[in-house]
Amino acid sequence: MSDNINSELLRFTTAGSVDDGKSTLIGRLLYDSKSIYQDQYEQIKTASERRGEDGVNLALLTDGLKSEREQGITIDVAYRYFATPKRKFIIADTPGHIQYTRNMVTGASSANVALILIDARNGVVEQTKRHAIIASLLQIPHVVVCINKMDLVDYDEEVYNKIQNDFEKFAAKLNVQDVHFIPISALLGDNVVHRSDKTPWFDGTTLMYYLENVHIASDHNFIDVRFPVQFVIRPYNDEYHDFRGYAGRIAGGVIKQGDDVLLLPSGFSTKVAKIHGPEGEQKEAFPPQSVTIEIADDFDLSRGDMIVRKNNQPEVTQDLDIMLVWFDSDNTLRVNGKYTLMHTTQTIRCVIKQLRYKLDINTLHRDESNPDIKMNDVARVVLRTTKPVFADSYSKNRITGSVILVDEGSNNTVAAGMVI
Amino acid sequence: MDYNINHIKELESESIFVMREVAAQFENPVLMFSGGKDSILMVHLAYKAFFPAKIPFPLLHIDTGHNFPETLEYRDSLVKKINAKLIVGSVQEAIDKRLVVEEKGFNASRNGLQTAVLLDSLEKGKYNAALGGARRDEEKARAKERFFSHRDEFGQWDPKNQRPELWNLFNGKHHIGEHFRVFPISNWTELDVWQYLAYEKVELPSLYFAHEREVFERDGTLLADCDYITKRPEEKVFKEMVRCRTIGDMTCTGVWRSNATTIEDIIEEVATTRMTERGGRTDDKRSETSMEDRKKQGYF
Repeated sequence: MSDNINSELLRFTTAGSVDDGKSTLIGRLLYDSKSIYQDQYEQIKTASERRGEDGVNLALLTDGLKSEREQGITIDVAYRYFATPKRKFIIADTPGHIQYTRNMVTGASSANVALILIDARNGVVEQTKRHAIIASLLQIPHVVVCINKMDLVDYDEEVYNKIQNDFEKFAAKLNVQDVHFIPISALLGDNVVHRSDKTPWFDGTTLMYYLENVHIASDHNFIDVRFPVQFVIRPYNDEYHDFRGYAGRIAGGVIKQGDDVLLLPSGFSTKVAKIHGPEGEQKEAFPPQSVTIEIADDFDLSRGDMIVRKNNQPEVTQDLDIMLVWFDSDNTLRVNGKYTLMHTTQTIRCVIKQLRYKLDINTLHRDESNPDIKMNDVARVVLRTTKPVFADSYSKNRITGSVILVDEGSNNTVAAGMVI
Repeated sequence: MDYNINHIKELESESIFVMREVAAQFENPVLMFSGGKDSILMVHLAYKAFFPAKIPFPLLHIDTGHNFPETLEYRDSLVKKINAKLIVGSVQEAIDKRLVVEEKGFNASRNGLQTAVLLDSLEKGKYNAALGGARRDEEKARAKERFFSHRDEFGQWDPKNQRPELWNLFNGKHHIGEHFRVFPISNWTELDVWQYLAYEKVELPSLYFAHEREVFERDGTLLADCDYITKRPEEKVFKEMVRCRTIGDMTCTGVWRSNATTIEDIIEEVATTRMTERGGRTDDKRSETSMEDRKKQGYF
């Protein structure tokens, strides 16, 4: 573990089943970075023995819930933490099976890196394609494909090359930009933290080196200024009698003191008077900072409004073209149904106007004749909102381009969507 | 272009965002305050989130009557310093009124009784959001917890039926009588907390620093000697340099042999230790899924 305070935070997601060695890989990363504590290790050792297993089952580290342990599968997203002297890592560990697509999507929504595991003996299978499609849908900036169990194919370069080829051929149809391949054995540790001498033909880096060095500083959008007002701060005390600050998290761009800005939806222009950060006043602010902004003129902003630049505005619209992932197990998507829509800091109502097609997340096939959208299905829809939203395409900005739908009866989150 | 923030600044920003989201979405939130470092961190972050306004919610302390005296002292001085409103739910009062029954035996603890008093206090105050300083790295059931965690009208957690949480979008919608537990520091590790408290120079209760104390050993854990614990005849009291890594009741909070007298010493100790901080909590050791079981009932 590291006590370096100036390390960056990297969030990555893993998807996979028990069989492809995902838990072993996570266990290896935690173990080799000395992030498994002695009492944790003893706890899972005791639990493994009680279950009659040979050796220590590292999967028990990530499977926290009673039902997960009973069934030996990961059901929910589990978050794991480890750090090296260079970076601090948050793993969103998700199950890989198709019936848990919604959990994979959840884990992928905040990830910088998607880690896709392939069993070298099986090559690219349906599950691999599904994970790649999800990484593409959720626009995870970096994808690293670990071809695992190389020890079981005699560290054969040809096997590795064929799998890389197959994956690249498939990925060409997707929107994934930065893809890396690494031959590993999670069980024996080859190319995970330490370079393997069994793969002399491989001139790339180890997985840990990749995770520590992949360039993530530009994963945020620093171009297009977007500041959704989250909360209005009015102290009502003597010292700050007339203070009115707009609190929020920068969703895009760099906002500087003195900048000319435009307020949405009013369309009024003003200047940024002051920016207050957690350590006091600051001259500029950028994603993902949480700040409080004072503006120069006496305009009234409220939650859901947005501060932008005059010459760089999001789309102001009531019609949204959305790629939707359906989450609800109780009800299917209702065309013409009304839902609560949450987008940035706005909560409004919407109606599903049109279902364009259902997307098969194993084959990318577009099915226009199937109106039955169930849990874990992906569909392209058109929404109409009761009030204008200030949206960008998801590929431009993950924050201003994403929505969730809430069922008005149950209050459950029934879908997540990306603006096309 | 170098617009980059380090990991504790990113965590700070995330936590502030979540706290503001609570203030925006709920009409009657409350911050659960135990006196431990995580809830001290929470108060510190809340102060920053709403500055220069006051923290827009009261603090709620569930007083088991078995607190370390240092905890109560610290609590009262903090509340005064930031001019916050404090609400105390008393376990002793609940026992006196026979709302709950005290456990018996050598390992008796009021830990379980806290849940009933907490739920009662939340109901009485009609709080629909209770902010807590739980972290996902603490314990395996907590690793599955959401930032916004739904509780039904009985205060129960249904871990298999949690709302998916994506991007910056937190769904706090609920029916009357239900409430949310909100955990803004979910993504912080123990080390992050210490690094941040050191960076921000936050004043902390003396219990966290090594001091000489009368202790005894039970099941491999050192416990502070006090009137609340019935010792077995073979359990001998001795003096030791110790400190707390977590602060709970005196009855279930183990103390650790340590010479860490400054926050820098603590950071070094935490960075090199081989035991989790809850390793000394006897309340977690009752069974493999003891935290999950308690959380389902409404425990914090």
